[in-house]
Amino acid sequence: MSNATLSDKRPSSLKGATLPKWFAWAVAAGSVALGLGISAAAGLDSSIQWALIAAALFVIGSYGISARVEGRRQAKDRIATSLIWVAFLLAVIPLASLIYETIKRGVKVLDGYFLSHSMGVVSDTEPGGGIYHALLGTLEQVGIATVISVPIGVLTAIYLVEYGRGKLSRAITFFVDVMTGIPSIVAGLFILSLWIVILGMGYSGFAGSMALSILMLPVVVRSTEEMLKLVPNELREASLALGVPKWRTILKVVLPTSIGGITTGVMLAVARITGETAPLLLLVWVTNFINSNPFKDPQGSLPVYIYLQFANSGGLGPAYDRAWAAALVLIAFIMILNLVARGIARWKAPKTGR
Amino acid sequence: MAKRIDVSGLNAYYGSFLAVEDISMTVEPRSVTAFIGPSGCGKSTFLRTLNRMHEVTPGGRVEGKVLLDDENLYGAGIDPVAVRREVGMVFQRPNPFPTMSVYDNVAAGLRLNGKYKKAQLDEIVEKSLKGANLWNEVKDRLNKPGSGLSGGQQQRLCIARAIAVEPKVLLMDEPCSALDPISTLAIEDLIGELKERFTIVIVTHNMQQAARVSDRTAFFNLAAVGQPGKLIEIDDTERIFSNPSVQATEDYISGRFG
Amino acid sequence: MDISTPKAPAPPTPEPPTTEQKRAARGATRPGDRIFLALSRGSGIFLLVVMAAIAVFLSLRAFNAISEDEANFFTTFEWNPTGEPPVFGIAVLAFGTVVSSIIALAIAVPVSIGIALFITHYAPRKLGGPIAYVIDLLAAVPSIVYGLWGALVLVPNLVGLYGWLDEYLGWTGIFEWSGGAPRALLTVGILLAIMILPIITNVSREVFRQVPQMHEEAALALGATRWEVIRMSVLPYGRSGVISASMLGLGRALGETMAVAMVLSPTFDINASLLDPGGGTFAQNIASKFNEATENGRDALIASGLVLFVITLLVNGTARIIIERRKEFSGANA
Repeated sequence: MSNATLSDKRPSSLKGATLPKWFAWAVAAGSVALGLGISAAAGLDSSIQWALIAAALFVIGSYGISARVEGRRQAKDRIATSLIWVAFLLAVIPLASLIYETIKRGVKVLDGYFLSHSMGVVSDTEPGGGIYHALLGTLEQVGIATVISVPIGVLTAIYLVEYGRGKLSRAITFFVDVMTGIPSIVAGLFILSLWIVILGMGYSGFAGSMALSILMLPVVVRSTEEMLKLVPNELREASLALGVPKWRTILKVVLPTSIGGITTGVMLAVARITGETAPLLLLVWVTNFINSNPFKDPQGSLPVYIYLQFANSGGLGPAYDRAWAAALVLIAFIMILNLVARGIARWKAPKTGR
Repeated sequence: MAKRIDVSGLNAYYGSFLAVEDISMTVEPRSVTAFIGPSGCGKSTFLRTLNRMHEVTPGGRVEGKVLLDDENLYGAGIDPVAVRREVGMVFQRPNPFPTMSVYDNVAAGLRLNGKYKKAQLDEIVEKSLKGANLWNEVKDRLNKPGSGLSGGQQQRLCIARAIAVEPKVLLMDEPCSALDPISTLAIEDLIGELKERFTIVIVTHNMQQAARVSDRTAFFNLAAVGQPGKLIEIDDTERIFSNPSVQATEDYISGRFG
Repeated sequence: MDISTPKAPAPPTPEPPTTEQKRAARGATRPGDRIFLALSRGSGIFLLVVMAAIAVFLSLRAFNAISEDEANFFTTFEWNPTGEPPVFGIAVLAFGTVVSSIIALAIAVPVSIGIALFITHYAPRKLGGPIAYVIDLLAAVPSIVYGLWGALVLVPNLVGLYGWLDEYLGWTGIFEWSGGAPRALLTVGILLAIMILPIITNVSREVFRQVPQMHEEAALALGATRWEVIRMSVLPYGRSGVISASMLGLGRALGETMAVAMVLSPTFDINASLLDPGGGTFAQNIASKFNEATENGRDALIASGLVLFVITLLVNGTARIIIERRKEFSGANA
């Protein structure tokens, strides 16, 4: 038999020459050292370069040594392992840097004054000023978008799960999927062409909210649908069997059972649209002043504020600091929403869930 | 080709929970040994220690010795991957690779070991499928997905896959529990043929099956839920089913518990 | 089937009606039920109307714009909708959008698969969970923050890499660099890759996690190494899932606006080199040209937005079809 030849090579077929456990670490350390050395010798200053050199050395090194000592299959296993570690590290570096830089640069001007004042009397190049107007605008715009899309989204999901069969529900399901993929700028363009170009309305927070709710709707429908599907049929039948009308069954049995999951889904959707910039730039326009009326005239918003401080500052320090600080506030807001949403999901998880 | 298994003082853990305690036994080459016992008595866990599959489970840990023809599977420098190539396994639920054809399923283990010519592969695949009594049923659809076969055929495909790499020992973990009676019969017949070439260990819930297919039978039991499973006795199958030396074995076999 | 219309007396069937049918039949009779059904169905229909309206209004404005266009809308390398005569075309935008998205996918897909495998199969068990959680959170970081980071942190750090690529790979033409600020399509591609990494990773991770234990054990029992287990059972099982995850990522990359607008210095011509300025993207062009645009200009931008819309529809549709098919071939054979 051909496979017998394989085992005959070694005195014991079960023993493979194995490299010690610290082998991978040793190679990693060696590669980093060598990578740094080469970079220093060649006068390369970018961290990206030495990291790439070290990564390449690590992969090639562990393959080479392992192929010699352990054999081809083990070496392949090692190269896969090292590539996967490298992929992980490669991805962690920029993502960690993103968080690190935002916090480091953001805390410089972030204080109570920054949160409670607008940019009204401060020019872009001066220090001072704050994000109050933008914060207010964002809260109003996102709030209105939520008020529009949550009822419609939840009702649509109820239709799909509780009533829907046939062509209509299949069409809705399909187009919800399609809607999920709409680029935010396209949603902005749609409201622009309908509301501003054709109906002749002006810029307003409300116009932005409409675009945001187009982005939010499919997310709400999808997550609510998933949650409603988790409600066991026995519960519905038990209620119906007691003679409770269907609509009351949905309101009193189905929704309360899944309310935790629906809340989570809504909060994640809110988190998603809070950072949207492009449609707001098209529809809400910009202002440095406080405008608390979302139905009239341009409003500020946090994402657009970041963009403006970045784009109009001509590379000057104070504006950059404000951009980072606003970014930090935005990220913090979104992260808190996310964490709370997940907390609720864990706390209120239907007992029958997976 | 078939090898002897010698187990001494084996403990198997899940985390800190001791699932199987202090097992010693010998399994003769070219024989069928059946493990029987109530649910949760650790017979499947013990089976999985024989090809180092137990440690794949999170927290799985083994103490003691398993000698395969005098070589300790848990000795220093032993490569678990190499162990599993020598000790094949068939699982409770048929598990052919869903994305592979019948042919590729059988050839899967061979391809791992590298270079085979097409003709060589063809030959081994045919031989293994014949060995698993499946060749006549699938020879016209070798390139169809393996998951398209019936449950019994899938299980025989898995057996063909396992024997294609010519292991020394074949472990079977309740191979018929998901199958209908006719498929079960086909597999039992197959086990009878395979023992000419392999050492076979089979876990079964079905005492009649143990009586039909095995030469030796080991009875496992546990004192109470949460207690470790133990080997109560191992003996010739005939003796176990006619005149066991331990009272608990007789109680179990005559259906008084379990 | 319309549930609210009274049905003709049904012929006696051997099967009892399903609970669905019973519920539906009972559901439409009471006023409360009728109102509730109307509300929920109305919401669904509203959603369809919105989708139709998006297509109709965008097409309408786009048609206006294109009928004014004196040049071929699809092949022209120029964007001057307010000129006399108006001349504009999307060739450069299509090029930039497609190239930057392809770069993003080429980087992000392998790395994402790596991270997903790392979480499910390689990381110590205690680490896998938290890492997955953090990557989940990163998917929520808004694109404007990625843009800010890209422009102020990533771009300066890429100078070295660009020089390097130019030195060793410049001869290919693709990696030639004339030394300007690294705000070219490659930078956009890298930034987009970082942005879509979390999404692709999350979906792939979920798919890899669902690989039935028994398939992995089948490979293990044949004496497969960890990598061979992954190659034999994890990757084939997860392939369609990874493809659809990549499609979702691609959809994101195609439509990304602010981050691209912040790192790219756009030009209206095509350059063979990815390191030198050349090209823009649909979304970036809309965002940056929108301020100055007159009505004609807006319509032209809307026309380009419509093209983007259609492209993303196609990409997402493909992803859906793959997911649907996956349900049939999921290998759930028991």
